[in-house]
Amino acid sequence: MAPGEIRHAILDILSRIVPDEDLSNLNDSVPFRDQMELDSMDFLDIVMELRKRYRIQIPEEDYPNLISMQGTVSYLTPLMKDIPARA
Amino acid sequence: MRLDLIRASPTKPIVMPTPLPEHQRIVITGIGLTSPNGNNLSEFRSNLLAGKSGVVPFETRYIGQVLAGVCRFDELRHQKKKELRRGTRAGSISVYCAREAVVDSGWDWSSTAKDRVGVYIGITEHGNVETENEIFEISKFDYDTSTWSHHHNPRTVANNPAGEVTLNMGITGPHYTIGAACAAGNAGFIQGVQMLRLDEVDRVIAGGVSESIHTFGIFASFKSQGALAWHDDPTKASRPFDVHRNGIVVAEGGCLVTLERLPDAVRRGAKIYGEIVGYAINSDATDFVLPFAGRQADCMRLALSKAGITPDQIDILSSHATATGQGDIEECRAIREVFGDRPTLAVNNTKSFIGHAMGAAGALELAGNLPAFQDGIAHATINLDQLDPECGLPQIVANEPRQMGNVQYILNNSFGMLGINSVVIVKRFSA
Repeated sequence: MAPGEIRHAILDILSRIVPDEDLSNLNDSVPFRDQMELDSMDFLDIVMELRKRYRIQIPEEDYPNLISMQGTVSYLTPLMKDIPARA
Repeated sequence: MRLDLIRASPTKPIVMPTPLPEHQRIVITGIGLTSPNGNNLSEFRSNLLAGKSGVVPFETRYIGQVLAGVCRFDELRHQKKKELRRGTRAGSISVYCAREAVVDSGWDWSSTAKDRVGVYIGITEHGNVETENEIFEISKFDYDTSTWSHHHNPRTVANNPAGEVTLNMGITGPHYTIGAACAAGNAGFIQGVQMLRLDEVDRVIAGGVSESIHTFGIFASFKSQGALAWHDDPTKASRPFDVHRNGIVVAEGGCLVTLERLPDAVRRGAKIYGEIVGYAINSDATDFVLPFAGRQADCMRLALSKAGITPDQIDILSSHATATGQGDIEECRAIREVFGDRPTLAVNNTKSFIGHAMGAAGALELAGNLPAFQDGIAHATINLDQLDPECGLPQIVANEPRQMGNVQYILNNSFGMLGINSVVIVKRFSA
């Protein structure tokens, strides 16, 4: 998956985790928590969905890389480069 | 002091209580409910009087089509989508019922001291639905337990339904559920009354809920027990007392009421549905599943004695009967033992309309009867085409509502597995 496709995949996950939020104006460089109601359990849902959908295991020490869309895409790009985008 | 004696059991007389001081008298002032045939009291009552069933075909995992009582309330009326995703069906039912009850009560919620509100919700079981869902989910991942949800624990802790109410409504007083099998709805009311009388809280949200139709296990277990109802016409499947009854229709639902002390309700000019004047809970101590008429009769007598009334004062008896062979017979035997054949008593059954709503059953069944204080009508037991001679109660209100005139007392039976019996008696309130 290319970075743009990864971003789309994360948006899809977020839309399920925070279904009341409008994600159309998400600022990629700002932490998720500063833009939406996202607590620690929700954050773990992002990790869980990546595990279920793409079989990616993210070690706990790497969680700080996932605080914003920009950080998440950067972190996941090498991990997901060989994963095809979902239809 | 009243010293009248009535017999609580063949061997043990009970002294009727001294009349309670005003601040110990507890009244129902608001009702919120969702049932398979109505999402508020007015709708529910109308359908009970019209004989309208809420039982429908229902697809359940692994088993396929069963019959069930299914609720269709507006989940998003009081919750965000995220709350629904995070929580449980029982939590969602609870939030809906609690919010609706508070609106109905007329409580000024913004000025209510939230640390003096108690939430007591009866449940038959909790956590089976969520556990079954998780097991099904990880089965898609070769049972890799790292895909087991971190939401599992907060969803399955036994206080979940009541806890979701406090989270949604900002209540900081006590909350918990009362696990009491199918006697749970009454048990929720009783807990609320007791906590008000103990001055632990000033306002109470209490009753019972059930999400049980969302676990295949309850259907499979009743089926294995030979106690799961089936009928080609789903609306005729739940048929307590009928000779052709063949088991339980499982239902979901909830009913929570607001309770408060009489002087508080009078002071604010509240609408009062009735006063809880008597209650009792006891145990058969005889069998895991088989009911026992003797102890059920004891429970009714104990509640009557606490209310300070005699059996002939009860106008409507809301029966527990679930449409199982032995269960219905035992309850009829117990009713006969306590009430004899007094023709002015009306015995009805709400499960015949909605199925067995488990933890919500007792609460819904009482609520469905409360309007009788105003309209003077006992709703019927539907689907009673041929009364089982072994049930044989002459007081059963069969198929058509009965005009009662002045209704003063309603007695609500709710019994459950492991031999738990509960009875609540509500008196018409007159200033």
